[in-house]
Amino acid sequence: MAMLSFEKKYRVRGGTLVGGDLFDFWFGPFYVGFFGVTTIFFSVLGTAMILWGASQGPTWNLWQISIAPPDLKYGLAMAPLLEGGLWQLITVCALGAFVSWALREVEICRKLGMGYHVPFAFSVAIFAYFSLVVVRPVLLGAWGHGFPYGIMSHLDWVSNVGYQYLHFHYNPAHMIAVTFFFTTTLALALHGALVLSATNPAKGEEVKTPEHENSFFRDTIGYSIGTLGIHRLGLFLALSAGFWSAVCIVISGPFWSRGWPEWWNWWLDLPIWR
Amino acid sequence: MTTRTAVALAAAALIMIGIGSTFEKPLTSTVQWGYRGTGMVHVVKETARQKMALANAVPAPQDKADKTGKKASEVYQNVQVLKDLDEGEFNRLMAAITEWVAPDQGCGYCHGESGNFAEDKLYTKVVARRMLQMTQFVNANYTQHVQATGVTCYTCHRGNNVPQNIWYRDPGPDNSPLSRATGRDKPAASVGYASLPYDPFTPYLEQANPIRVLATQALPSADANNASIQRTEWTYGLMMHMSTSLGVNCTYCHNTRAFSNWEQSSPQRVSAWHGIRMVQQLNEKYLVPLQSVYPPNRLGIAGDAPKLNCATCHQGAFKPLYGVSMVKDYPELAVSAEQVAPR
Repeated sequence: MAMLSFEKKYRVRGGTLVGGDLFDFWFGPFYVGFFGVTTIFFSVLGTAMILWGASQGPTWNLWQISIAPPDLKYGLAMAPLLEGGLWQLITVCALGAFVSWALREVEICRKLGMGYHVPFAFSVAIFAYFSLVVVRPVLLGAWGHGFPYGIMSHLDWVSNVGYQYLHFHYNPAHMIAVTFFFTTTLALALHGALVLSATNPAKGEEVKTPEHENSFFRDTIGYSIGTLGIHRLGLFLALSAGFWSAVCIVISGPFWSRGWPEWWNWWLDLPIWR
Repeated sequence: MTTRTAVALAAAALIMIGIGSTFEKPLTSTVQWGYRGTGMVHVVKETARQKMALANAVPAPQDKADKTGKKASEVYQNVQVLKDLDEGEFNRLMAAITEWVAPDQGCGYCHGESGNFAEDKLYTKVVARRMLQMTQFVNANYTQHVQATGVTCYTCHRGNNVPQNIWYRDPGPDNSPLSRATGRDKPAASVGYASLPYDPFTPYLEQANPIRVLATQALPSADANNASIQRTEWTYGLMMHMSTSLGVNCTYCHNTRAFSNWEQSSPQRVSAWHGIRMVQQLNEKYLVPLQSVYPPNRLGIAGDAPKLNCATCHQGAFKPLYGVSMVKDYPELAVSAEQVAPR
C-alpha cells in the first residue's frame, strides 16, 4: 500500500508492551500490535454475539434491537445465554475491546515519545462504562443492574433508573457532571469560534496570531487562558464530565437508596439552624 | 510537610468525612418489577427494610368470641352500625378497637367514665362510629384497591388515638395576596423534599381536579393539554407523595419512557388509580363532614378536619402491613350497611 510522504517517520519500531516484535507491524496504514489483534478479536466476537442475540429476539428494527442483562435473581452468577448470559459475554468482549484499544494507544504513544494524554482520556470513558456495568452491579449484588445494549432500550433504562430516585436532577454528582458537560461545550464553542475568526479574516486582512486571540479575550472577559491552556482546560472539563457521570450513577443505589431530593436534608439538618 | 500543607490536608479530610457522612452504607436489597434491563427496579437499604418489617408487625387477633346467640342491638342501647352482630363478637371487636386505637385510655376514650356506654356525649365516639362505617364501606366497595386484604382500624391507627399520617390544608408560611410564593421554597416531607408545592392534597385528594398533565401533542394547540405550571407541579407533588408513602419509586407504576401510557404501565397503576378515587371519596364523604364534630384542637390551622392520604394507611409500605390481612379475623368489618356506589 502506498505510504504518504510524511508517514515513514511515524513508523517507529519498539515501544510494545506485550509480544515484543511479533505483532510490531503495520497493516496498510494501521499499526497492528498485540492489542490490535485482541481488539479485533473482542470486537468481532462481541458484534457477532449482538447479531446472534438480535436474530433470537423479536425484531430486526435497528432502533429496537436490545440485548438485556439477566434478571436480578441470578445475582452475580452466570445466566442462561438467552436470559442475560449473552449480555454478560458481550460485556466481557466490550471491556476487552475497549481496554485493548487503550493499550494499543499506549504502545503508539511509546513509539512516538508522546505523553499518555490520549489513552488516559479514553480510559476515563472506559471507566464510566465499567462503573455502569461492573462496579454498580457488583455493589448492588446483581448483573441485572447493568444497562441493556440497544439504541432505544438503553435510553429507557436511563430514564427508569433516574426515576428510581424520584428526581435525579437533585443528585449532587449528576449536578457536577451536567455542569462539566455544559462547560465543555461552552469552552469548545468559544475556542472554535476564536480559531475560526482568527484564521478567516476579512478580505484583504492577514490571518490573526495567538497574540491577537489573547487580546480579544483579555478585552472581553479580562483573561485569556492561551493556546496551550485551552487544550488543557478542555481535557480537564471533558474528563471531569465523564468522571462525575460515573460517580453519579455509582452512588445511586449503593450509597443512596431514597429520593435524591431528600439527600439535601443534610443542609436542613445542619446543627446551626436545625 | 509544611504547616500550611498539613492544615490544608486536614481541612480536605474533614470536608470529605463530612460529605461522606451524608450518604448511606452499600448494603442493599433489590426488587425487580419490570422486564430485565428496563431499570424498573427498587433498591432498598437493608437496615431500612428490617426497620420497616418490625414497624409493620401485625398484632395477634383477639381470641375467638363465645357466641351468645343474641344480637348486639338486642343487648345494648344505641347500637347503630353493628346492630346484627352477635353480642360476643361485638364485645370482641370493641376489645380489638380499644387495643388498636386507645390502648392507654381504654373504653373510656370513647364511652366516658359515667358508666353509660350508650351515650354519645364524647366526640370520639361519634367519630369512631363514622370510622367504623368508613372501614366497612372501603372493604365492601373498594375491592379494586384493597382487594381481599381489606382494612381495619389498625391499618391507620397502629395504637394511636389519631393516625400518625393525616393532613390538613396548609396555607403555608405566607398566604397574603401579595405573596408570589407557590410553596416550592419550603422543603416538605409531603412532596419528598423536592422543590414542589407542599400541599398537593387539597386540589387532588379533597377536591377532585384532573391529575393528567402530560401533553399528547408536541406543540401547543387548542386540543392540546393546557395544564398550568401550578397544576403540573401539584401533580408531581402528589406523585412524590405517593412514592414516598408507599416506599417505592416512580417505576412501581410507570414505565417512565411513557408515563401516561396504560399499556406500558405496571398493574399497580390500576390499583393506584382506584386508590386516588377512594381517598377522594373517603375525604369527601366521611372525613370532611366530621369537621363540626371535632373539638378545636383536632382541627388544622385553616379550621379544617383531619383528612387522609396514601400515607395514612400505607405508612411507607407498598401494601399496608405488607399485605397481611387483618380483616379476615374480623369479617364484620367487611360488610357494609351503607349502599354507596364507588367512583
